[in-house]
Amino acid sequence: MIIKQLSIFVENKRGRLAEITKAIAAAGVDIRALSIADTTDFGILRLIVNKPDEAATALKEKGITVSVTNVIAVGFDDKPGAFSVPMQILADNGIDVEYMYAFITRRSEKAYVILRVADNDAAAKVLTDNGVEILSEAEFHEMMC
Amino acid sequence: MPIFNPEIECASRDYLHALQSARLIKMVKNAYENVPFYKAKFDEIGLKPEDIHSIDDITKLPFTVKTDLRDNYPFGLFAVPKGELVRIHASSGTTGKPTVVGYTQHDIDVWAEGAARALSAAGGTNNDTVHVSYGYGLFTGGLGLHYGAEKLGATALPASTGNTNRQIQMLQDFKSDIICCTPSYAMFIGETIRDMGIDPKTLPVRAGIFGAEPWTEEMRKQIEELLAIKAYDIYGLSEIAGPGVSYDCECQNGMHVCEDYFYPEVIDPDTLEPLPDGQYGELVFTCIGKEALPLVRYRTRDICALTREKCACGRTTVKMSKPRGRSDDMLIIRGVNVFPSQVEHVLLSLNMAPNYLIIVDRKNNLDLMEVQVEMTPDMFSDTVKGMEAEEKRIEAALQSTLNIHAKVRLMAPGTLPRSEGKAKRVIDNRKL
Repeated sequence: MIIKQLSIFVENKRGRLAEITKAIAAAGVDIRALSIADTTDFGILRLIVNKPDEAATALKEKGITVSVTNVIAVGFDDKPGAFSVPMQILADNGIDVEYMYAFITRRSEKAYVILRVADNDAAAKVLTDNGVEILSEAEFHEMMC
Repeated sequence: MPIFNPEIECASRDYLHALQSARLIKMVKNAYENVPFYKAKFDEIGLKPEDIHSIDDITKLPFTVKTDLRDNYPFGLFAVPKGELVRIHASSGTTGKPTVVGYTQHDIDVWAEGAARALSAAGGTNNDTVHVSYGYGLFTGGLGLHYGAEKLGATALPASTGNTNRQIQMLQDFKSDIICCTPSYAMFIGETIRDMGIDPKTLPVRAGIFGAEPWTEEMRKQIEELLAIKAYDIYGLSEIAGPGVSYDCECQNGMHVCEDYFYPEVIDPDTLEPLPDGQYGELVFTCIGKEALPLVRYRTRDICALTREKCACGRTTVKMSKPRGRSDDMLIIRGVNVFPSQVEHVLLSLNMAPNYLIIVDRKNNLDLMEVQVEMTPDMFSDTVKGMEAEEKRIEAALQSTLNIHAKVRLMAPGTLPRSEGKAKRVIDNRKL
């Protein structure tokens, strides 16, 4: 149910993103989904990659601050109103969303969103109980190929 | 312009010499007999109070530095029993502990006299209202000018700091004649008045006394234009008394020192040898007229020069130039003394690496302090909320030690200069 996300501290410095992504490339790691949170002082780059542990090691060797965060991937029909269903379920169950980002797959009939909530297990449970599709790590990576 | 105490301020050099000699002899005896720290220091160099015959013997005396106050924290250098103390003030120390100073009633009177002379030199009289926008509290600014105003017989208005719109309202409604605050706050008030569309000429304020932080002649001109007043400099430090140790007269070309109470010397900070008048060096004060804290040759770390030429205002007291820097790394930010080592102290107390960079800037005439610190790996969070909470936590810890707000910017581990060697810890972008 849980997918590993790399969270990377990005200083507001020209060339920093290039440096980070080159380190990932050098480790032969493929980026599947990404988002960046930007503040006036710094950014937090969030990546879903095919080999999170290898990527984290490669980044740490370069002195880059990285942590592995657990997130969940939610799938739903790609049609108007579909996304509001899991959002309403989370709201009804008092689960707050910290952040989220959408990603694309090579299959077009469904839409997918990465969700970071305070309690991943609780979120996965209520969503599954209410018939919302949660991707396992294996399903996620298989789908991306 | 009126002179508050012409008997002293316009005294002959001979008179002052005799007065200073008598006071130094008395003060040295007090320090030796009542402060174990000074007894030990004097004994160490084989100096007896009887060896001091006149003010010319002052160079025989040992120096006192800020760390001596810290090492004897809080009351170890006081020369009077607690029953004789009437006031305590404190300012930032070089580490977590503040520098604590005590006053007897006589000391408060001496200090008020200095501040009253400053107000008078700025044209103040008993008919004036003195709007005091320095902070009131352990900081000596607010109460110093307040007691000075009362000593002068003027009306003290303890406005304290903050709420600029209300300050301006009071300036208008209470018809204040003199305003006292930090020069940067004076600029801020002036700009707020301009932005509110008020013509400064319609305000009754005619003079301002500004100090507690370094300012330039350019700032003086700007303040004088913005507020349509004449701007006077005032100097002081809590170890010696507070604001009023020296002050501008209408000539505005150096501050007259209350040398009957605070005897100044300028020394070479490296050789510690006295320097002749006119040469820049470190300012040293001996509190010849104070009881509770009789500091001997206290090194202020301020770099300035002394001149003894007769002033056009009529005063004969020695004048000191505006301090042009420091012989240590102390920063003065919004009137508050900040030592980089205090930041290090806070970081270590939070189990963080003692690597930091202080960036000081002045925007809209207010000093801004930013502290860049290296986060520890466990401080990193994937959420902005989590990172901001860490910044806030460090900001709160800094605020409680520094007594001013500093913005914290988290940096990746290993990206700031290391603590070994002479790492550059401060970037001061203020044009002073």
